[in-house]
Amino acid sequence: MPTSRTVRKAAKVAVFLACLIPLALLLADLFGGRLGADPIRATELRTGQAGLILLVVTLAVTPLRRFTGWNWLGGYRRMLGLFAFGYICLHFLDWLGVDQFFAVRYIWKDIVKRPYITVGFASFLLMIPLAITSSSRMVRRLGKRWAQLHALVYVAALGGIIHFVWEVKADLGEPTTYGLIVVALLMLRFVPREALGLLHWPRPARSSAPAA
Amino acid sequence: MLIGRAPDIRSSEITPEQLYFGRREFIAAASAAALGLAAPAAARAAVRRSSDDDKPNSFEDITHYNNYYEFGTDKEDPAKYAGSLKTRPWKVEVSGLVNKPGHYDLDDLLHGQTVEERIYRHRCVEAWSMVIPWNGFPLRNLINRFEPRSQAKYVEFTTLLDPQQMPGQRSGVLPWPYVEGLRMDEAMHPLTLVVTGLYGRALPNQNGAPLRIHVPWKYGFKSAKSLVRIRFVEEQPANTWNVTAPNEYGFYANVNPTVDHPRWSQARERRIGEFLRRPTLMFNGYGDQVASLYAGMDLRRNF
Repeated sequence: MPTSRTVRKAAKVAVFLACLIPLALLLADLFGGRLGADPIRATELRTGQAGLILLVVTLAVTPLRRFTGWNWLGGYRRMLGLFAFGYICLHFLDWLGVDQFFAVRYIWKDIVKRPYITVGFASFLLMIPLAITSSSRMVRRLGKRWAQLHALVYVAALGGIIHFVWEVKADLGEPTTYGLIVVALLMLRFVPREALGLLHWPRPARSSAPAA
Repeated sequence: MLIGRAPDIRSSEITPEQLYFGRREFIAAASAAALGLAAPAAARAAVRRSSDDDKPNSFEDITHYNNYYEFGTDKEDPAKYAGSLKTRPWKVEVSGLVNKPGHYDLDDLLHGQTVEERIYRHRCVEAWSMVIPWNGFPLRNLINRFEPRSQAKYVEFTTLLDPQQMPGQRSGVLPWPYVEGLRMDEAMHPLTLVVTGLYGRALPNQNGAPLRIHVPWKYGFKSAKSLVRIRFVEEQPANTWNVTAPNEYGFYANVNPTVDHPRWSQARERRIGEFLRRPTLMFNGYGDQVASLYAGMDLRRNF
């Protein structure tokens, strides 16, 4: 557990750099010609996958914090969420500008007609207000409503997973795994605070709190 | 009846590489000399539409980007894992409504067949495509040897089932073995090819060695690979993708830009190696030769 200020800062930089790894690997493979015969599709798959995984990791922060009492984990949630959004933006722009090459007629048809694109696009749109209201100022300004608004991240994540499930032909292993994790994380949210004490997780010793 | 090679893309029509890469200069020079300055653009467009429009994909792309779920669901999996497939000795069971059923050795089947090069467009149901210089011979030449009876209305093709050699079969992603089928007249059509090679070399394992078919006007999944059984039947046989998702994959699976897959559009395709999507052609551009097979059929229902 990082205690001092410098360790916390270093850890934050490390997480920041770790979030850039999928992008770095993608660019290395792209310029190294290792994306196979259809680099456009490979890029779409990998940006979407990075976004989804980071979204799942983001959703794991709060349950993990509640169960372990490691409150410092909360400090990484915004960064992880924004990186997830960043990869989804890349995924969307890749589809829009590279795959479809701004062929508006086809793009609009696809959004309206193809459920997997409809759901994916809607989930992307849903993430935009969440990204905009992620600043500390907005957290303070929105108060209680901030948490209500940001509960929508579960909808976006499940939407992203449905988008993935509906896109694949037969191999449902990967999207199903993400789906099960998100559902499990969501259910953990409903475990009442009191029940947490019954579990054998190390609870934080509230040493700083004066004994009444 | 039409015998021999169907008039599609002949290798003689394929522009040699040097000429291909130098085409702009060539055309610009020729046109400027002969026709003046307005012509180059038009000439270039005309050339692009004819032969280099269907320039074959590289051996590398054809052998490292395809679907062959017996070796895994990623496009690169077949190239990675098909090394474990043993293609000799190889037997093919011929059964059903034929006068000469039996377990034929591969060499028996190939004996006496004249292998030719056929450059075919290959359109995947996933909306990507390639141009592939196959080596093979018309399926009809093989079928005739078995003497099918008149009651035989369909041909069923079965791919090898052996999870030892085909690691993808250890997962239940599809019901194994892979089966496909053609109507007898489709199987007997001169375009329908038995494939034994690629780019003048033996067919690589990942592309369906030692023996596969290719039906160029249908989506790729109709062209079964690594065949171990050919069965002649009266009723329309089941085909694997249709069994797996009947509302998404039909029996006919003719390339048709006007009938979308329920989850994605079939109007356009990405030719591997190209940046912009191109429009998909009815029957993958082979309509003048095969459209008559489906005269009077509702292709929207029989997708």
